[in-house]
Amino acid sequence: MARITFIQPDGSASTVEIPNGLTVMEGAIENGITGVIAQCGGSCSCSTCHCYVAPEWMGVLPPPEEEETGLIEFAWEPREESRLTCQIRVTDALDGLVLHVPAEQL
Amino acid sequence: MPTTIIAGAGHAGGQTAISLRQAGYEGRIVVCGDEPVPPYQRPPLSKKYLCGELALERVLLRPESFYATHDIELRLGSAVREFAPERRSVVLDGGESLDYTDLVIATGSRPRRLEVPGSDLGNIFYLRTLEDADAIGKELVAGRRLVVVGGGYIGLEIASTAKGLGMKVCVVEAADRILGRVTAPEMSAYYTHAHRARGVDVRLSTGIVSFEGDGMVRGVVCADETIPADVVVIGVGITPNEGLAASAGIPCDGGILVDERCAAAEHVYAVGDCTRHPNRILGRRLRLESVQNALEQARTAAANIAGTPTKYEQIPWFWSDQFDLKLQMVGMSQGYDTIVQRGSMDADDFAMFYLKEGMLIAADAVNRPREFMACRQLVPQRPSIDPVKLADESIPMKEMV
Ligand SMILES: Cc1cc2nc3c(=O)[nH]c(=O)nc-3n(C[C@H](O)[C@H](O)[C@H](O)COP(=O)(O)OP(=O)(O)OC[C@H]3O[C@@H](n4cnc5c(N)ncnc54)[C@H](O)[C@@H]3O)c2cc1C
Ligand code: FES
Repeated sequence: MARITFIQPDGSASTVEIPNGLTVMEGAIENGITGVIAQCGGSCSCSTCHCYVAPEWMGVLPPPEEEETGLIEFAWEPREESRLTCQIRVTDALDGLVLHVPAEQL
Repeated sequence: MPTTIIAGAGHAGGQTAISLRQAGYEGRIVVCGDEPVPPYQRPPLSKKYLCGELALERVLLRPESFYATHDIELRLGSAVREFAPERRSVVLDGGESLDYTDLVIATGSRPRRLEVPGSDLGNIFYLRTLEDADAIGKELVAGRRLVVVGGGYIGLEIASTAKGLGMKVCVVEAADRILGRVTAPEMSAYYTHAHRARGVDVRLSTGIVSFEGDGMVRGVVCADETIPADVVVIGVGITPNEGLAASAGIPCDGGILVDERCAAAEHVYAVGDCTRHPNRILGRRLRLESVQNALEQARTAAANIAGTPTKYEQIPWFWSDQFDLKLQMVGMSQGYDTIVQRGSMDADDFAMFYLKEGMLIAADAVNRPREFMACRQLVPQRPSIDPVKLADESIPMKEMV
């Protein structure tokens, strides 16, 4: 289980508890986090689950696979800290993770 | 208080309700669906749900509690029987009638039936609903023989899933190539080869004469031979569910005819698989069977109902997961005059670009997310791109956008 905080573009934050084994995207959908759309349902085909990882968490997350990197390059305003939340699986190690939701998704 | 009634609790119906609340709509929302489950995603039904890798909760569009929290009434197991546009009221199957301010028809589509002798034998299935997937899933057992009738995306995905479960799989296609309705001959040939290389027996130009068996199906009878089968899944296309709309006098023509606002008549909207909509970028009407179409039309209708005039204007995109092959498609390739390959088919790592009169109109990408994503940005602009550049792997896709 991990408590994960989503910060919206307007600065408002919500922290939700996501069980181990789910993806961060699945947890966001369950908890109705605005801005995480997940059109393809986690198939790594749409990029609409894109978020920015708080810089201090970059080293903690397992690095993205090639199929994720490829999508991110063309996601809405990609940055160094961009990740697709459907490709991040929750473990205890992610407790406290902070993610910034982009202003738009493709 | 204004009331929106949504007929059909699938991908598009569920998303319409969600989007209405996101858009700040404060009226009553009632979603009536004839299936007993809250809105769910169908794509996993031929993929990870079918092989048991994904649980039911992960397939639901939102957890059931979401609807109560957002003041959305879910009437499950309750079909809309008819509606009267002039009185703005619907009648549910039990006879209850409800008045609406706006009605959204999101009735989806149903599998086209293959009517040949023996088609009512046991263990012959179609795949559309969760119930179908559960029934098929039970029969997908290692060592047994599955025959898939129809080489479309859904059939090929089922074949790949069943192969992964250790079954003997045969795909029977009546036309001379699989995916004939949706892609170029080069892609059909590639997928035929890919399935064969992974152990699927693909038979082309093979029509079904009948099914034989002893209560349960035992064989698929074709012109030249009978293919032994323990399980058959038929995937030969879909028919839009337009009956509800048509019987209320709403114009239909292979889909409920909507305008770019997703409106079918005054205070009546239609979204998803059941519609035929005008696409300004392509200059013609389309009927699509895709999640993108269901979700984006839902968002458009919701915005219009909530008071923000919005048009649906998108280039279609779609994905299909088979074996280790991630296919992602954008645009409509029909009418192309030039096809360009980038990357290697042998390595299962390539994209095909389709050009018409020098303009890029569509792309199919296999394990090539960059090509797919770049084309999602490029294709709506109909750019003129040098085919030589497209094929040149030393030029990154980023530079073409
Ligand atoms: C196995 C499978 C795999 C797929 N894979 C992909 C994929 O990889 N990518 C992709 O983009 N798309 C895929 N699709 C297509 C995609 O799932 C559909 O385009 C999408 O579900 C359409 O949503 P919809 O809401 O219009 O229809 P549906 O999801 O079918 O929902 C319509 C609902 O309305 C109900 N209904 C009908 N009539 C009435 C009535 N009178 N009253 C009440 N309820 C009614 C139906 O029972 C159904 O529950 C797949 C489809 C299937 C079946
Ligand atoms: S949900 Fe589509 S890429 Fe993550």
